[in-house]
Amino acid sequence: MLDAAQQPASSPAAAVAPPLLEVANVEVVYNDVILVLRGLSLAVPQGKIVALLGANGAGKSTTLKAISGLLKTEEGEVTRGEVRFAGERIDGIDPHEIVRRGIFQVMEGRRIISDMTCLENLRLGAFTRRDAEVRRDIEMVYEFFPRLKERTGLAGYLSGGEQQMLAIGRALMARPRLILMDEPSMGLSPLLVKEVFSIVRRINAELGVTILLVEQNARMALSVADYGYVMEGGKVVLDGTAADLASNEDVKEFYLGGHGTDRRSFRGLKSYKRRKRWL
Amino acid sequence: MGGSFLLQLLINGLIVGALYGVVAMSFVLIYKASQVVNFAQGEFLLVGAWVCWWFLTEWQLPFAVGFVFTLVFMTLFGIILQAVVLRPLIGEPVISVIMATIGLGIFFQALMKWIFGVFAKPFPAVFGAERVSVLGLEVQSAYLLSLGISLAIMAGFGWFFRYSRHGLAMRATAFDQQVAQSLGISVPRVFAMAWAISAAVSAVAGVTVGMVNGVSAALSVYGIKVFPAVILGGLDSVVGAVLGGLIVGVLENLAQYVDSEWLNIGNMYQVAPFYALLVILLIKPYGLFGTKNIERI
Repeated sequence: MLDAAQQPASSPAAAVAPPLLEVANVEVVYNDVILVLRGLSLAVPQGKIVALLGANGAGKSTTLKAISGLLKTEEGEVTRGEVRFAGERIDGIDPHEIVRRGIFQVMEGRRIISDMTCLENLRLGAFTRRDAEVRRDIEMVYEFFPRLKERTGLAGYLSGGEQQMLAIGRALMARPRLILMDEPSMGLSPLLVKEVFSIVRRINAELGVTILLVEQNARMALSVADYGYVMEGGKVVLDGTAADLASNEDVKEFYLGGHGTDRRSFRGLKSYKRRKRWL
Repeated sequence: MGGSFLLQLLINGLIVGALYGVVAMSFVLIYKASQVVNFAQGEFLLVGAWVCWWFLTEWQLPFAVGFVFTLVFMTLFGIILQAVVLRPLIGEPVISVIMATIGLGIFFQALMKWIFGVFAKPFPAVFGAERVSVLGLEVQSAYLLSLGISLAIMAGFGWFFRYSRHGLAMRATAFDQQVAQSLGISVPRVFAMAWAISAAVSAVAGVTVGMVNGVSAALSVYGIKVFPAVILGGLDSVVGAVLGGLIVGVLENLAQYVDSEWLNIGNMYQVAPFYALLVILLIKPYGLFGTKNIERI
């Protein structure tokens, strides 16, 4: 987290310091036949929040799994290109090894361990650590999510929002340098979505953790992110600063919903989409 | 004589049942962590007991040293077995894995007979006094030790799964292997650890039984007795395994009492647990403590 200070403040994309995470021309194949990512490239600079947007099936989750190595658990494989983290190649490494290097994925659907208590889930987050500060970090997670402290029962009985908080808290326990978040807003009420995203921003600002965020809720994601990528068909088709993307006409059309008063009919919208495909 | 005989049988039942519970726990450990139904669990007892016997008689080691050596040996035994035989079977159909463990059972059964012979051999005496009297009842001192060891192992398991890092990791792996990996847990290492602990704990049970009855192929019967205990408790519950073991132990001895007082069939105590198993499976198919998953919809 120290090298964040050395980075030029002006533009995150400047090639002076290499980005914390670099994905270059990655191709991912499932079960030896299904090509999901076709030459995807993106960069996540140290200390930033980067959003990865795209429609269902664009390959967003696959991208995260290619980075965290969890692809291996689903018969997937990076067949071309490379993933570099802090200057070292990490594609092909076992997922548990990647966690030790400082990348933690908060999987889609929270995936907390429902037959354990909140506290046990948090302690498991610190599995890779042996230092004596685990206890202090549990208190820190409780500061971020005060309501988790009151929950002493099994995690399976927590509400959806609390489970998402627990999943994020569990990630913090590993003291990662980079958190990969897959759909943190899934199934949450608008109010809770706001709460979760404000915490995402706090984690980034207060702990200096870099975040790569996959979201369906593009508006929310772009409101917290510094930079964004739009994926389609296994490739990045558009990228830019969050502000640029949020004002981009195509992004507005596809991901932020119909804008302004000139609403098209559904049929018109569809044909528009077909014409304006990025591929 | 009826009353005190019954009491004596009940105590025997609890002591033997505690041992069943320990073996059942080590069976459940493997099942929970790696989803393998280990039909060679009884042979773990057998191998452990023979190895300890060998250290004590052939090498003339003092009991404590020989016992520790046995535990070390069995830990390695479990790890190697898992790595060589079972790791290649990960992802294969359940039936193949079961076949493999049945094969392992037969293999070790025969191997032990080949090396150590087919006759029971007594353990060198570990205690000065054969029997001690507790509350006016005669109890073999080895049995008392076995009860102590069983309770210690159970407490150890309880601590391990609740408070230790690796115990939590094992529970996480049992819950969802992908999630476990995302937390930085190495699943193959958890499997190896489960097999190692299971083998070592089974060996403790094997040595204890060996001290009482001598070491022979009959020890692997414990591997079969484990099934009623485990299924009774629910295949994936450690607490259930302990209770299942105790129930089977007591049931056996009660059956023996009923048999000797009224029925005079002879082998009632061996069959009774399986009858009970049938009944329980009819009423509670997942056992007394089998998991009900928490589903949020």
